[in-house]
Amino acid sequence: MKRKLPLLIVLVTGIFGVLTYIIPHPVVQTTDSVIRNDILRIIGAFSLVLGIGSILRHHFIKIKRKSENWGYSWITVVALFVSAVIGLFGGIDPTRPGILPTHIGGFSFHIQSLFTGLIVPLGSTMFALLAFFMASASYRAFRARNFEATLLLISAFILMLGAMPLTRLLVKELPSFAEWILAVPNTAAKRGIGFGISLGILATSLKIILGIERGWLGGGE
Amino acid sequence: MALTCIVALLFCTLAPPGDVAARDVPNDEGGKIVVTWTRSPDPSVVSYRVLRQAEGAAEWDTLGIAGRLASRYFDEEAPNGTRYRYKVVAEADTLHGESETSGYAQAAPQWFNTGRIPTMIGAAIIFLIFLYTFERARRGAKMFIRRIAGLDAVEEALGRATEMGRPTLYVPGLSSIDDVATIASLNILGEVAKKTAKFGTPLIVPNRDPIVYTVAREVVKESYAAVGRPDAFNPDSVFYVTDQQFAYAAAVDGIMLREKPATNFLIGMFWAESLILAETGAISGAVQIAGTDAVSQLPFFITACDYTLIGEELYAASAYISREPLRLGAIKGQDYNKLVILALMLGGTLLALAANIRITDVL
Repeated sequence: MKRKLPLLIVLVTGIFGVLTYIIPHPVVQTTDSVIRNDILRIIGAFSLVLGIGSILRHHFIKIKRKSENWGYSWITVVALFVSAVIGLFGGIDPTRPGILPTHIGGFSFHIQSLFTGLIVPLGSTMFALLAFFMASASYRAFRARNFEATLLLISAFILMLGAMPLTRLLVKELPSFAEWILAVPNTAAKRGIGFGISLGILATSLKIILGIERGWLGGGE
Repeated sequence: MALTCIVALLFCTLAPPGDVAARDVPNDEGGKIVVTWTRSPDPSVVSYRVLRQAEGAAEWDTLGIAGRLASRYFDEEAPNGTRYRYKVVAEADTLHGESETSGYAQAAPQWFNTGRIPTMIGAAIIFLIFLYTFERARRGAKMFIRRIAGLDAVEEALGRATEMGRPTLYVPGLSSIDDVATIASLNILGEVAKKTAKFGTPLIVPNRDPIVYTVAREVVKESYAAVGRPDAFNPDSVFYVTDQQFAYAAAVDGIMLREKPATNFLIGMFWAESLILAETGAISGAVQIAGTDAVSQLPFFITACDYTLIGEELYAASAYISREPLRLGAIKGQDYNKLVILALMLGGTLLALAANIRITDVL
C-alpha cells in the first residue's frame, strides 16, 4: 500500500494532466487550477516547515560538533530567528507596520529593508563574481583539452573576432561568417538538442505515469 | 466606391458594415462570443462600435470599439447560456452607419478542443512507439544503448571518492519539483545514493526547493534501504539551504571548498549560477559530472566539468545506470521517435521542394 497509493495518485493525476490539455471545459480547468495552485501551495507550506527544521538541525549539529567554521552556523541561526520575528511581528514596510517597532530614528530595519538592503546586494555580489569565473572558464576552454572544447574555442574565437570593430575593417566577411555560425550550425545543434530534450521529457513522464520509473520513490519494486 | 461616398455624404451617414454574424467561440471554456462583419466600403470610417442586446431586453449596450481595419470582435463578457444579438456601427466623426442585427448566439463551454487533434495524433504515435519498446523490453529483447561517457564515469568517480575518503556532493539543480529535469535528477540521485551506500561514501545533497528537499531525502533514504544499508543513511546528509539563487550558490561553493568532495554531481536545471558552481568545483580539484537540459548553460558545464550529460542524456541517465530493461526500453523508444521525426522532417522538406521547384530549375 505504501508504494501502490503514490503510484495510483501519479497515474490518475498524470492522465488528468493530459486531459486538461484537450478538455477546455471549466469543470476540468478549475480542478486543474485548484490542484496546481492551491494544493501545491499547501504542500509547499508544509515542506517549508520541514525545510526550516532541516536548516536548524543541520546548523545545530555543526555547532554541537564544533565543525569547521561552526561560528557561521550561529550567524545563520540568529539571522533566521531575527528575520522571522521581524517578518512576523514587525510589519512589511513603514506603510504597513506591525506590533514591533522596526526603526530607530531614521534607521529602518523592517523586513522589506532587510531584503532590499541585505539579500539583494549580497545576491548581486555573487552574481558579479560570474565575470571572474567566466574569465577563468575561458582560459580553461582555450586550453582545448578535448575535441568539444577545441570546437568551442574555435567558434568562440571567430565570434569574438567578428564582433571586434578592427577585424571588421580588416576582414569584411568575418562578421557575416560569425553570424552564420550563430544562425546555422548553432541553431541546428540547439534544435537537435531540443528534440532530444522534448522526447526525454515525454519518456520520463510516461515512465513515471506508468510506474516504470520509481526513482522518486527510492526505486525498487 | 465614389458613388457610395457621395450617397453617404448626402444622407449624413456612412455605408454600414455588412454580414454581421455572431457565434460561440469554439474550443474554449465558454463565456466568449465572436462577432464578425465585412468592413464598410466607406474609406472615411475611423472605427466600429459593437453593440449588444440580451434576449428580451429593450436596451442596446455598447460592448466596445474596434479599429477601422477590424472585422471581428470578441465579446469576453458573455455568460454561458444567455442569448445575445449584435449590431456594428461604422463611425467617422459625427457620421454613423448602423448594420443589420445579427442572429442570436450564446456562449457555451466545450468538452473537447478540436484544434488540438493534430497534436493528440502526434502524441499518440509517440506514445505507441514507447509502448512498443516497453513491450519489447518486457519480453527480454536485447537493447543496444550507445555508451555515454559521463555515465560510465559515475562508478569510477564514486570509487575515487571512496579511496580518497572524501564525500560526494550531489546538487539536484535549482528548479522546483514540477520541472521534469528535477525529477530526472532525483531519479539519478536514487542510483548514485545506492552506490554511495554500497561503497560507504558520505553523500551531501544541498537543496534549494523545500519540496525537492523532502523528496530528495526520501529518495536517498529509500536507496540506502534498497541496498540493505538503512543504518548508513545520515539524515543530515540531505538538507535544505535557501530558496535564494545566489545565496544557494554561495552555500554550495562553501561546501565545495570546506568539505572538499572528491566528486561533484551538478545535475538538473541550472541558471546563471551554473558557472559559479562548476568553476569552484574545478578549482577544488573534484571530478565533476554535470547534466542539464538548459541549453544556454551547457557550454559552461562542458568547459568546467569533466563529463557533461547533454539534454536527452539527462533523461536517459537513471535507466543507463540501473540497466533495468523496461527503463532501457524508454531510451530505445526515444531513439525510434527521433527517427520518425527525422523522417517526417526530411519528407516534409522534400515535398515542399517538390511543390515549389521545378526539376528544370534544379538541373
